[in-house]
Amino acid sequence: MDSYEDLVAADDVLLFVNAAISATGQREFHSDQTEQRLSLDFLHAYMLGNYRDLYAGVLALDINDHNAALIIRHLLETTADATAGQRRNEGRLISARLATLPPQRVYRLFDALRRAGVNNRRCRAIIRDWLAARPDLAFDAVKYRNGLKRALRHAHLASAAEELGTFLFTPSARVRYSTPVFETWRRAHYEQAALYELPYTVAEGFAARHGVPRDVFLARIAPRLTRLETLRLQESARHRGIAEAEADLAVMPLTRLATYVVSLPLKERRQRRPELTRALESAADRVVGRHRGSWGKVTAVLDDSFSSFGSVVKRRRPLAVALACHYLLACLADDYTGLWTSGQPDALLARPDGPTPLGRRILDALETEPARLVVISDGWDNAPPGMAAEVLRIWRTRLDPGRRTSIVHLNPVYDAVDFDVRRLSPTVPTAGIRDAEDLATLVELAQFAEGRTGLTDLTIYLNTRAAHMLNRHHGEREW
Amino acid sequence: MVTTLDLTGLTTGPSQVWNAIRLVPLIRDEPVEDLRLSSRLYGEVGGLVKVGPRSGYVSYIPHGFVATWTDDGTPAAAYGTQLSTDPDWLPTTMGLRFHRGMARRQAKDRLRFLPMHLSLEGYLALHFSGPALVWEQWSQQAIRRGLSPRAEEAYVGADVRGLADALRVFEIHPSQCGVMVYVADALATAFVVPHPDDYRALHPTLLLDLYGELIHHYANLLPPVPDFRARIADSDVRSLAQLRSAVDEQEDQWRHFHDSTMAAALGEQVNSVYRMGRFALSRFLPSFRPGLENHIGEAITDDSGAITYLKTFRLSNNQVRRGYLLDRLASNDWHLADTAAELGIGEAQLGLRLESAGFGHLLRQDVLDGYRKQRRVRR
Repeated sequence: MDSYEDLVAADDVLLFVNAAISATGQREFHSDQTEQRLSLDFLHAYMLGNYRDLYAGVLALDINDHNAALIIRHLLETTADATAGQRRNEGRLISARLATLPPQRVYRLFDALRRAGVNNRRCRAIIRDWLAARPDLAFDAVKYRNGLKRALRHAHLASAAEELGTFLFTPSARVRYSTPVFETWRRAHYEQAALYELPYTVAEGFAARHGVPRDVFLARIAPRLTRLETLRLQESARHRGIAEAEADLAVMPLTRLATYVVSLPLKERRQRRPELTRALESAADRVVGRHRGSWGKVTAVLDDSFSSFGSVVKRRRPLAVALACHYLLACLADDYTGLWTSGQPDALLARPDGPTPLGRRILDALETEPARLVVISDGWDNAPPGMAAEVLRIWRTRLDPGRRTSIVHLNPVYDAVDFDVRRLSPTVPTAGIRDAEDLATLVELAQFAEGRTGLTDLTIYLNTRAAHMLNRHHGEREW
Repeated sequence: MVTTLDLTGLTTGPSQVWNAIRLVPLIRDEPVEDLRLSSRLYGEVGGLVKVGPRSGYVSYIPHGFVATWTDDGTPAAAYGTQLSTDPDWLPTTMGLRFHRGMARRQAKDRLRFLPMHLSLEGYLALHFSGPALVWEQWSQQAIRRGLSPRAEEAYVGADVRGLADALRVFEIHPSQCGVMVYVADALATAFVVPHPDDYRALHPTLLLDLYGELIHHYANLLPPVPDFRARIADSDVRSLAQLRSAVDEQEDQWRHFHDSTMAAALGEQVNSVYRMGRFALSRFLPSFRPGLENHIGEAITDDSGAITYLKTFRLSNNQVRRGYLLDRLASNDWHLADTAAELGIGEAQLGLRLESAGFGHLLRQDVLDGYRKQRRVRR
């Protein structure tokens, strides 16, 4: 039996995990950027001060990159407070998580460490190992030039390849480079043709310098674009009548794809209905894999009220998560019903509009007698306020005390004031969600949030996840 | 014609709360199609209104709406809400140079509301234009120019704390045609339009409206108001159907409470001033009961008496006091001694009360001096 302190600790950790999944320190619909930052900073400081082991363990969960970078930074900043065992453990977790972070985030993290004056031996070793594991450092040198330069300088690393050092620190010292990408970069300074062999972000600068017209540039750089860049530029390319920059929707991850779909005007969504539906379905299918159809009868209540617009920096993010979950749940269930709060039946045409009559929609959902009810909403229930909580409470206490229906609430928005994602009802577990892909693990995690499992179970869960992540990491390395 | 205001045809939705601001949506099941915001107000904002030259179609321009209606392209505000069936009609306007301080940012295709300002400065003057009979106490200014120009204190919506955020996070209902704005649960304004499209176009202009000092103070000084959270007694719920009817009951309860209690002060008397087709434009004045809620405003009602357009402004206590004085003076033909007798005070006392209410300049200087002297002597 867990003591009271243990229950509090488990509660704190879950609160933090919810925040670390959903919060990115950016503006949200109901709170601005400063509130979000302050709130998140407090949580990090609190966790680090009180539960250092668990704080590091959270790295193994599906938290978002922003928070992963923050945790790593805080751990490295406070190396002196850790015991030798903690350091060893943390080091392994950090290097495993760094390997999955996008490189630009890692370079930004290293730069933050430099500015904070963190330069202990562990920090330098981590930078060294991460750089050693980069597949193509020469490419990094071109694309993340300043980031790499500062990282090398900060960690006191002499670059292994002699040419790399020259390229970074005294680029004009050579008249020729033998590394192809360096040579292209050098030629791009005076030869327009060369710039199309460089990564898009670098080439864009050169194109501006050479005065290349935008449409010519976009048409010719198209083959060099990464998946995300293609998606980002697709619309502007289409306006200029360039057809080359077509993103291949078939390989897009689910939530990213849903974000793209909700960004399209309704007319275009109608026109491209078969293509978009097929892409969404196959993306969901890839995530679900062999679990297809294993969840039984599922009903989802999906929030498409006006607040699912998110904010100007996270445009329609909550709506996109709901849409992605809709397709994912359709794959997981063998009998699926998706109910949007607006009452409109067509998922593909979801748009943020109108109030949130969540209570009524949950009633509709319960009438379908599902084995699982999943609610995806930012937790602001306003038509009328508190109705969802009342419906859920009475359902749990009066109509379904035996828990035939398992209910879980997933919330894509971090609420800065409450230091947690907003809950619908104390009787229903709530978990933060950022990518629909994590849905299955989050539902698992949400069981902890019901307060029935204590710290022991949670620690075991964290350790399993950590071991899993480390195995995967080392497996990849040896391979 | 005298009628009373009621919210027939409009359904009250659940309120949404942001700090001290409570917004109560008013939902119309059947939008009014034959009275629409004048299409020229939409201008380049977008072809929201597709109006053919239908028979019986009436368009309206809300009070104080700013657009380029003058020949030289300078912005002008509509003077009073106006109705027309002519698509190319130019409304009676009021030049804005006079109001330069109030007319802020004017983008090319940006519309702006100043309605309550005109309500305050022009509208009271419209009812009380000054002494009708020339008694000796009134100054030349009062006789020649009446009560205007006058300046009433009011705050633009952007200065009312929390209102901008409240309007931003407010989730508009798909068929919403109006809103009641409460600040610390005091009714600040009621706003109703005929059609949801009109409402969407005008929703942000609530921020450009003017609000009385009372509302401004409430917003700044009072703590957040609580939500009216739904509460279902669980003792008698045994099935989903019962739960559903309990939910319906909750919504009815709120609607009834709001309409009968919170919005009760709106039941004022209305004077019809203009009629076109099946619509009647009215301006209404409260009875200026000191210490109570008093709203002024304009409304368009249809032939069945249902409100199609409504805009109100809550007067502050000082304004109520001033209105009360004017009301009493008007009913006594602006005779000071008679009015004083009715109020049960001396004539000098009434004169000084007029002065402290800001009407000092209306009285002749020597008369006013005489009143001051009387008071000194009495002390």
